[in-house]
Amino acid sequence: MNRYPTWGYALIAVAILLALLYTIPNFYGEAPAVQVAAGKATVKVDAALAGQVEDALKKANIRYERIQVDAVGIKVRFADADTQLRAYDALNQALNPEKDNPSYAVALNLLPASPNWLAALNATPMTLGLDLRGGVHFLLQVNMEEAVKKRLEAFTADIRQQLRDKNIRHSGVTREGNSLRVRFSDAGMRSKAAEVIALNIPDLTLAEREDGQGGTIVANIRADALKRIQDSALKQNISTLNNRVNGLGVSEPVIQQQGVDRIAVQLPGVQDPVRAREILGRTATLEVRLVDEEAMRSGNHAGADVFPENRREGVKVMVPVKRQVVITGDQFVGAAATFDQDHRPAVSVDLDPAGGRVMRQVTRENLKHQMAIILFEKGKGEAISVATIQGEFGSRFQITGNFSPVETTNLALLIRSGALAAPMEIIEERTVGPSLGKENIERGFHSTLWGFVAIVIFMSVYYSLFGVISSAALGLNLLFLVGLLSMLPTTLTLPGIAAIALTLGMAIDANVLINERIREELRGGATPQAAIAAGYERAWATIFDSNVTTFIVGAALLMVPGAVRGFAVVHCLGILTSIFSSVVVSRAMINLLYGHRRKVEKLAIGNTAWK
Amino acid sequence: MEFFKIRGTIPFMKYALVFNVISAITFLAAVFFLATRGLHFSVEFTGGTLMEVTYQHTAEVERVREALDKAGYKAEVQNFGSSRDVLIRLPVLKEVSGSEVAQKITGLLQADDKSAEVRRVEFVGPQVGGELAEMGAVALLLVAFCIVVYLWVRFVNWRFGLAAIIANLHDVVIILGFFAFFQWEFSLAVLAGVLAVLGYSVNESVVVFDRVRENFRKMRRATVPEVIDAAITGVISRTIITHLCTQAMATTMFFFGGAALHYFALALTIGICFGIYSSVLVASPLLVWLRVKREWFAPSQKRKARDEHEGAVV
Repeated sequence: MNRYPTWGYALIAVAILLALLYTIPNFYGEAPAVQVAAGKATVKVDAALAGQVEDALKKANIRYERIQVDAVGIKVRFADADTQLRAYDALNQALNPEKDNPSYAVALNLLPASPNWLAALNATPMTLGLDLRGGVHFLLQVNMEEAVKKRLEAFTADIRQQLRDKNIRHSGVTREGNSLRVRFSDAGMRSKAAEVIALNIPDLTLAEREDGQGGTIVANIRADALKRIQDSALKQNISTLNNRVNGLGVSEPVIQQQGVDRIAVQLPGVQDPVRAREILGRTATLEVRLVDEEAMRSGNHAGADVFPENRREGVKVMVPVKRQVVITGDQFVGAAATFDQDHRPAVSVDLDPAGGRVMRQVTRENLKHQMAIILFEKGKGEAISVATIQGEFGSRFQITGNFSPVETTNLALLIRSGALAAPMEIIEERTVGPSLGKENIERGFHSTLWGFVAIVIFMSVYYSLFGVISSAALGLNLLFLVGLLSMLPTTLTLPGIAAIALTLGMAIDANVLINERIREELRGGATPQAAIAAGYERAWATIFDSNVTTFIVGAALLMVPGAVRGFAVVHCLGILTSIFSSVVVSRAMINLLYGHRRKVEKLAIGNTAWK
Repeated sequence: MEFFKIRGTIPFMKYALVFNVISAITFLAAVFFLATRGLHFSVEFTGGTLMEVTYQHTAEVERVREALDKAGYKAEVQNFGSSRDVLIRLPVLKEVSGSEVAQKITGLLQADDKSAEVRRVEFVGPQVGGELAEMGAVALLLVAFCIVVYLWVRFVNWRFGLAAIIANLHDVVIILGFFAFFQWEFSLAVLAGVLAVLGYSVNESVVVFDRVRENFRKMRRATVPEVIDAAITGVISRTIITHLCTQAMATTMFFFGGAALHYFALALTIGICFGIYSSVLVASPLLVWLRVKREWFAPSQKRKARDEHEGAVV
């Protein structure tokens, strides 16, 4: 009666083997490596580049262990940190001849040091959270209102264009809050315009209003289009952030959407959070506009946007510019810090072909007129450069202003990494130093270890052989849990380690229930074999019920982000593994020990003879 | 080895009233402290900036505070962990974003003392903090609701769910009461601990209830209090051993886990102690007050025959 079929034991053996296999990589630690990723959208990371990397390393006489190409980039492993640093310098020199305009992001990295055959099985160590490995975490809030406003401005320009093309006269397009108003002096023109707009810009819902004269058309963005705008704003911001982070040369950054309008950024191992914050938190976008010279002369700034310009020390001038945007931030494809012919710091920029065409046309038509380059940051615009157009130019030009070399470098990086569709604000930041991370791992490890040892000693003394088996089952439970955590794409945090410890402490409950039941059956006069069978059977209902209730709690905790979720994930997984190990696996061990015997005189479960 | 050589049945229910009065008093005290002192929420909930700075020598808290005062920051500075570690807490500032504040303070402290090393910075904007508190509350309610429903289904009658949840929410309130009384910091980790304890105590009640149900079927002649007494007596040794084991883990976390797990382990410890008490001595008397009936479980009633296959079969 106390026997499992052979396949039952086999199943357990396979589970243990799998868990072992996936747990092993955690013991190998990490090897120093250098990672090469694309620093620009125009360069490709492929096998050819891997060859280039190999050549560069050979030329510099640097020995490497392994080269691998994956989605992030090329990763080269080295024997020690010294070689890693030499390789870092060598690769930077070989791949990025222009120091100011790097094509590739070369970064120091740590890779799991597990042997090839484990890596081939996809057996990698657990991903550690920032609190365990050090690094920076940001939560950014995307300002969706700005994204919508921007889109509305684009619709305004679009409507003007459409009406001009169709020769429909109107008396102005304005934006009021989240809607656009097109005024007319003639009702006929209005209905014609409504037709044209409805046909060409399906994202708008139109309402016509009479006002005795020509009336107005009120246009609102459709709900589904609004959602699309917000979605794409978020996506664009994420991809821009990706570019910026790549520029920083961070290994294994995590950038992901959180909720509807938030982006979480994790930069493990970043030592300098200040620079990271500066680059990520900057919400700069560039716009090129023509200066409204008439408004400048008359001093009447109505109908123009006005931005301050900092000229030299403390001198601030207000510059009125035309509302129409010549070039938007997303049309810049390249930028590099450089110096102009007078040796002043400048940024040389490249536009995409469409931007180049517009630029050529505008500069031709506005020779000797002034043009302004406006930098938007945190919702505020600043004219960083106002200059007279001296000649016709296209997709490549220089921006000069009152810059320091550091400013041009940062500005170039910002422009290069693309425009943000909407400004963002840091609403949460967490920085953990690497030494604290190591300490946290140690603390978590010791908490689990000593608690575990205490339980093992107690159980073995109190329940003798059955206690030893319960302890072995608990040990396997830990193995299963660590194996599962290594297998799944979860991240282990300090609260996660606490959950491991707590789960182990709670998992022993099942074995206590079983062992107590067996003792009770023995006291009730059952034969040893019957007592084992009855003990497991009767305890099962209770174990199941109590684990379901604990699981309910764990699942509800998954809702709360941050530390709580890190705890909950491990807790839930731990409940699953503990049901398996404390009921199925411990029973298997008991069965192996007692099940095949004809006659069992006595169970080694401690003293039950007192009754 | 055997700790508990219990021969007879311990008449727990005879003292039910006493236990209920004790619970009521502790509960009211906890509510009182929660109301008057409130919880000392961590930055995660309130928003603001938290910095952990370590020095190579004993940190002078006063000097750090003065340096910050001079620069115009109203900061809360305290030692933490060891004498070389300082914790700086700043409220949300309107003019500057919190992440910039941390940067400025780092510069300030390092100018004051070169050995200052910033180990950890946590900045939480006000919009995030409020949300977390809300989510925590929702999670708590959801947990309570799910548990009641599950126990209702499992034990056929809603009274079991109700008794369990009252007993265990009473634990939660008492843990919170401790945190309010001692003004221990209530962080997200503590919230996780409190909710985990809720699940753990319910688990405890379930074990007792399972026995109650089993005994109703077995002990045909016994009165309801006798059945409950027998159930508690039957599981009491297991209850204490299990809690000892879990407590072993909580204790090692308390001593080895460092500052980060300190309050988490404390919450667990209080929760475990009151968990035993409440599931044994609060939930069970509640069953009596709520008038549990043998007929719900007695197999003579056809309607409940189905349940027999689900639960513990005797």
